[in-house]
Amino acid sequence: MFFSLIESSRSALAAIFANRLRSFLTTLGIIIGVASVIAVVSVTGGMSAFIGDSFASLGADSLTIRSYTPFEDLMKGIRSRLTPGDLELIEKRGEGIASITPVLEANRSSQIKYGPQTAYSLIMGTTYAYQDVAQSYTQIGRFLAQSDNLTRRRVAVIGEDVKENLNLPDNPINEYVELSGEWFKIVGLLEPMGDIMGQSRDNIVLIPYSTMVSILGNQSRIDIGIQLSLTPAANLENVVSQLTTVLRSAHDLRSDEDDDFRIQTAEQLMEQFDQILGTLTMVIGGIVSISLLVGGIGIMNIMLVSVTERTREIGICKAIGAKSNHILMQFLIEATLLSLLGGLIGLLSGYGLGMLISSSIPDFPPASVPLWAALLALGFSGFVGILFGILPAAKAARLDPIDALRYE
Amino acid sequence: MGNNTAVINLKNITKHYEMGSQLVRALDGINIEVERNDYLAFIGSSGSGKSTMLNILGCLDRPTSGQYDLNGKNVAKLYQNELSEIRNLEIGFIFQSFNLLPRANALNNVMQPLVYRNIGFRNRRSMAMEALTRVGLKERVDHLPNQLSGGQRQRVAIARALVTQPSILLADEPTGNLDSKTTLEIMELFDELHDEGHTLIVVTHEEEIAQHCRRVVEMKDGKIFSDNSSKKKAHEKAH
Ligand SMILES: Nc1ncnc2c1ncn2[C@@H]1O[C@H](COP(=O)(O)OP(=O)(O)OP(=O)(O)O)[C@@H](O)[C@H]1O
Ligand SMILES: [Mg+2]
Repeated sequence: MFFSLIESSRSALAAIFANRLRSFLTTLGIIIGVASVIAVVSVTGGMSAFIGDSFASLGADSLTIRSYTPFEDLMKGIRSRLTPGDLELIEKRGEGIASITPVLEANRSSQIKYGPQTAYSLIMGTTYAYQDVAQSYTQIGRFLAQSDNLTRRRVAVIGEDVKENLNLPDNPINEYVELSGEWFKIVGLLEPMGDIMGQSRDNIVLIPYSTMVSILGNQSRIDIGIQLSLTPAANLENVVSQLTTVLRSAHDLRSDEDDDFRIQTAEQLMEQFDQILGTLTMVIGGIVSISLLVGGIGIMNIMLVSVTERTREIGICKAIGAKSNHILMQFLIEATLLSLLGGLIGLLSGYGLGMLISSSIPDFPPASVPLWAALLALGFSGFVGILFGILPAAKAARLDPIDALRYE
Repeated sequence: MGNNTAVINLKNITKHYEMGSQLVRALDGINIEVERNDYLAFIGSSGSGKSTMLNILGCLDRPTSGQYDLNGKNVAKLYQNELSEIRNLEIGFIFQSFNLLPRANALNNVMQPLVYRNIGFRNRRSMAMEALTRVGLKERVDHLPNQLSGGQRQRVAIARALVTQPSILLADEPTGNLDSKTTLEIMELFDELHDEGHTLIVVTHEEEIAQHCRRVVEMKDGKIFSDNSSKKKAHEKAH
């Protein structure tokens, strides 16, 4: 049995390599399936640990409140908003709040100019409290001050990336940059924050909230975000429910109406991310099982053709003493090796693809394939080979020697 | 094994094919004994049942009825897998169209029957080399079938039949695809094998080939028409 196993593998490989192109095309389904799952796994593997770290750095005891428009309202053209009035209300009535700040972001990244240099960055209007809430401090210069807001000064605190992108001097303080046609004096440079989900958190320009409001104009339509941090003694759930009550009454919501805002914690963000990752994994899993199925059918198809083509060979082998199980093993091993080889090629190309993807995103952790994923991929492709090889192999094994020898 | 010297003993063997409503009696009540070291030719017109006969003798096919004792054991009613084993152990088959494995070189072709006996590679190799040397193909062991001449291919096939040291060698028109010079060479090889003690059964419709054999059996319509154990007699009969 052992000898014939080696022998069968040897001649199976010979048969596979005798039809190189056909073998390759046959296993393409398996190659694509395995490659795509390995690529995704290799990219997301490092990513989720890395993202966990990033979220932790957001601070577990900070909250973000944003407006939320239910889909039905969106269809009716109604948009929920958080207003400066809401902020005042929370400041007045909220309990357990250490610092609170409005954040007003431009919808998309805006152009900034410094001399001949142009860059794009996230512009955020906020207050001095932001540094405590977001744990974001300056390394050079000062943060936004309360007086900046009161007098709507045109000053800016910038992130590392902005400094780099604009070729600002190492100490950019007192340099002027142009933002929406206005000149802003740089008063501070933030400490680097790293990135989250592949997006840099250092490509940011903070300006006074009131200045941002005046740039955006049309105050009545403003929809702000509110960020706050809790006092050490505060209980997160209590704060959330209290804020919910305050905001619901401020927005005159009936008890059967949903909240028109969302209160998010860093933890929730992370859960959301995990959910996205889980969904992604399921989608990929679906794609993979479909392509493995298709790949398996492809292998079965070609193996059936191969059995027919080699009918005479099978007859010869039987004539010189091959038993059914010899022939069965021969074709089963061939199907399994074919599909394993496909899995191996898929594994390597998936890994290569993963490396390519992760290296093309700056600051992304390098791709790595966990051993279990590699083994699982190979195991599955082997299994597919066996599963879909059985029918052709059984067909070959059942052939009558005389009929097979006579086959033209 | 029986206590007489008969390797083969057929008793009332029939082989019928149903073709629609028609019954073809390819073999119709065959009784024959073949002794050890016999050198026998089956002759007869086309369709007389020679190949059917040889296929049954070679355990490639099962008779419709009758008893076939091979080395004293009735093999007429065995299952396919048991027949495979008999073919591997007792039979050396040589075909008109050589029937070599196209992707395997001469050596691997000759080693192949030994694979089914679970003989290790080294032994397989040395046994196959010996058989190939015996048929004069020592220099061609790594050639693929399509890199060999017809005569050489048939020598490989003969080596493959010899390598298992079978009790009978069966050849169905072994020279049917060969020119006259090569035919003679192959028949001389057969003569030598006979002299070495092998039992040979050859199907042919060529007079010259039958002349090599010690015993000539003529078939007609699935029956044995004549059976002469002397060369001379067979020669006369054929005319
Ligand atoms: N598989 C089959 N199905 C139906 N009839 C068959 C089959 N095999 C053989 N026969 C019939 O059996 C008879 C004997 O055939 P066989 O092949 O034994 O003849 P043969 O003596 O070898 O002829 P030839 O010299 O032409 O090779 C023929 O009439 C043939 O048509
Ligand atoms: Mg014939």
